[in-house]
Amino acid sequence: MGWAIAVHGGLGDIALSLPPEKRLPREAVLRRCLDVGIAALKAHNHPLDVVELVVRELENHPHFNAGKGSALTASGTVEMEACLMDGKTMKCGAVSGVSTVVNAISLARLGLETVEMSHFITPESIERLKQAQEADRVQLDYTQPIQKEVPKDAAVADGDSQIGTVGCVAVDSEGNLATATSTGGIVNKMVGRIGDTPIIGAGTYANHLCAVSATGRGEAIIRGTIARDVAAVMEVKGLSLKEAAAYAMDRVPRGNAGLIAVSSTREVAMLFNTTGMFRACATEDGYSEISIWDSPTKIKLIECVNIRGLILLLDR
Amino acid sequence: MGAWAIAVHGGAGVDPNLPKERQEEAKRLLIHCLDIGISALRSNLPAIDVVELVVRELETDPLFNSGRGSALTENGTVEMEASIMDGPRRRCGAVSGLSTIKNPVSLARLVMDKSPHSYLAFSGAEDFAKKQGVELVDNEYFITEDNVGMLKLAKEANSILFDYRIPTVGTCGAGAAAMESPLQMNGLPISVYTPETVGCVVVDKEGRCAAATSTGGLMNKMTGRIGDSPLIGSGTYACDLCGVSCTGEGEAIIRSTLAREVGALMEYKGLNLHEAVDFVIKNRLDEGKAGLIAVSKNGEVACGFNTTGMFRGCATEDGFMEVGVW
Repeated sequence: MGWAIAVHGGLGDIALSLPPEKRLPREAVLRRCLDVGIAALKAHNHPLDVVELVVRELENHPHFNAGKGSALTASGTVEMEACLMDGKTMKCGAVSGVSTVVNAISLARLGLETVEMSHFITPESIERLKQAQEADRVQLDYTQPIQKEVPKDAAVADGDSQIGTVGCVAVDSEGNLATATSTGGIVNKMVGRIGDTPIIGAGTYANHLCAVSATGRGEAIIRGTIARDVAAVMEVKGLSLKEAAAYAMDRVPRGNAGLIAVSSTREVAMLFNTTGMFRACATEDGYSEISIWDSPTKIKLIECVNIRGLILLLDR
Repeated sequence: MGAWAIAVHGGAGVDPNLPKERQEEAKRLLIHCLDIGISALRSNLPAIDVVELVVRELETDPLFNSGRGSALTENGTVEMEASIMDGPRRRCGAVSGLSTIKNPVSLARLVMDKSPHSYLAFSGAEDFAKKQGVELVDNEYFITEDNVGMLKLAKEANSILFDYRIPTVGTCGAGAAAMESPLQMNGLPISVYTPETVGCVVVDKEGRCAAATSTGGLMNKMTGRIGDSPLIGSGTYACDLCGVSCTGEGEAIIRSTLAREVGALMEYKGLNLHEAVDFVIKNRLDEGKAGLIAVSKNGEVACGFNTTGMFRGCATEDGFMEVGVW
């Protein structure tokens, strides 16, 4: 039946006017991570290894809200959390409040290397924290901070927060499923705040039917037990992955969440109820997609070639 | 509709050799807590207030593993966790890694009501507590002599690996009795395991369900270890249809998202409370050992467990009341 993989880099009120210098690097990273995952699946690595590998890549890139480039707490520090789950054995690992580990997802998987915390704080994170504190709110990934008077240029430069939770779900040709999610959390969160990411059933879940990674407003995802509900509804109501994902998303108020999921039958679902979600997916039969907003650009992959140029053309 | 129901628990997985006096002590405490809950319900307190009230009582009494009397970490300190959930609108609050908060469940309630988040832990949670003017005490307050002894045994048990012939002292009865009990949970002999997490679920006259769970966690746990009790969907869950609180092997409860499972089966499969509880205990735990209490919006109450015993009590408005260990 083949493999399937999906990746996300967070969601939110991503302005449609997002300038190329903000959009392209993120698309490039998603593309690279997708390729890494595809290569690993083709080499018959277990999905649990694949999702860990891909999320490590995402954590290492400062453009997303995980690992390097994590959102900062109200105290200007970093408290990361990550979680992964194996659908077949249902074994899971989660960590939270991590501040000195390069790859939280691997710590969750019990492997790590530590560095000084300053490695994770990027100038962008500090800037966003300042903005959030000035506006005195907790900032969801990508929410446009309140701007009283915005000079035209500034709006484009710092009008939206360019970072998000990251996650990866994968299924191999034997039907093994796995999911991994990693994040720095919400900008300006209270120290000690734990979100949905490390809570099994909320932001992360996998069983023999599907693997799910959710992103968005943690509090809403926890109450809605989103990741678990996708699987529950597939099992109990016999819904397809896409229908189940839509069903679970109904439990969350608009502007709050999104998810990526793959099923044992190689279905892929990527849903969100915000303006946009950085995402990408691919299946063994050649289907591939990288998108941010609705009406994704679907491209048939004949070989694993770099078709970034094509995406740009079609997007415009 | 319009009938209240309440259930409390003091942990699943009981040493079959537990001396009679301890069993009686436990039953008395459970009855006492039920009475408190019942009075509150009769005074028309909403379910969410009742579960908090009852769990506070359980935390304050050193008998079970929560608040005072919590299990000790490997360092001999206490790290408590709790969660609470309000069925209507599924609001929730959770805390972990507490060491100076007299009533963890009340802090969880404050997280739910007064913070922008659902879950706070360790120093962040304690700071929040200070700002809220919550009563703080020294970590010493929570540590009991019994548990210091238990910690010692647990450490010995770990170094002796699977030799469960460990002599016990104090409350767990004569050494000989302990040797006959081969039961294990979470890799520890049942006599030192101390699962006794506490919880309460309530449905009030208006059909509103609520649930709360509180614990000190595993004896001899690593500092920073978080179990199922503070995890919404695993140890605690409440929605329009039901309120659930679980106890037992944390890993098993987390993997099976046990508390949510009961609600999901009722919601998606149309099972009634008893069917849902039976189903999850039979089919969702695999080799894991756990138990749960649950109420439904229709005034039903149910408990299920696949362990040897669970300290529990339940009561309904029509006069039914039951307290049990086995």
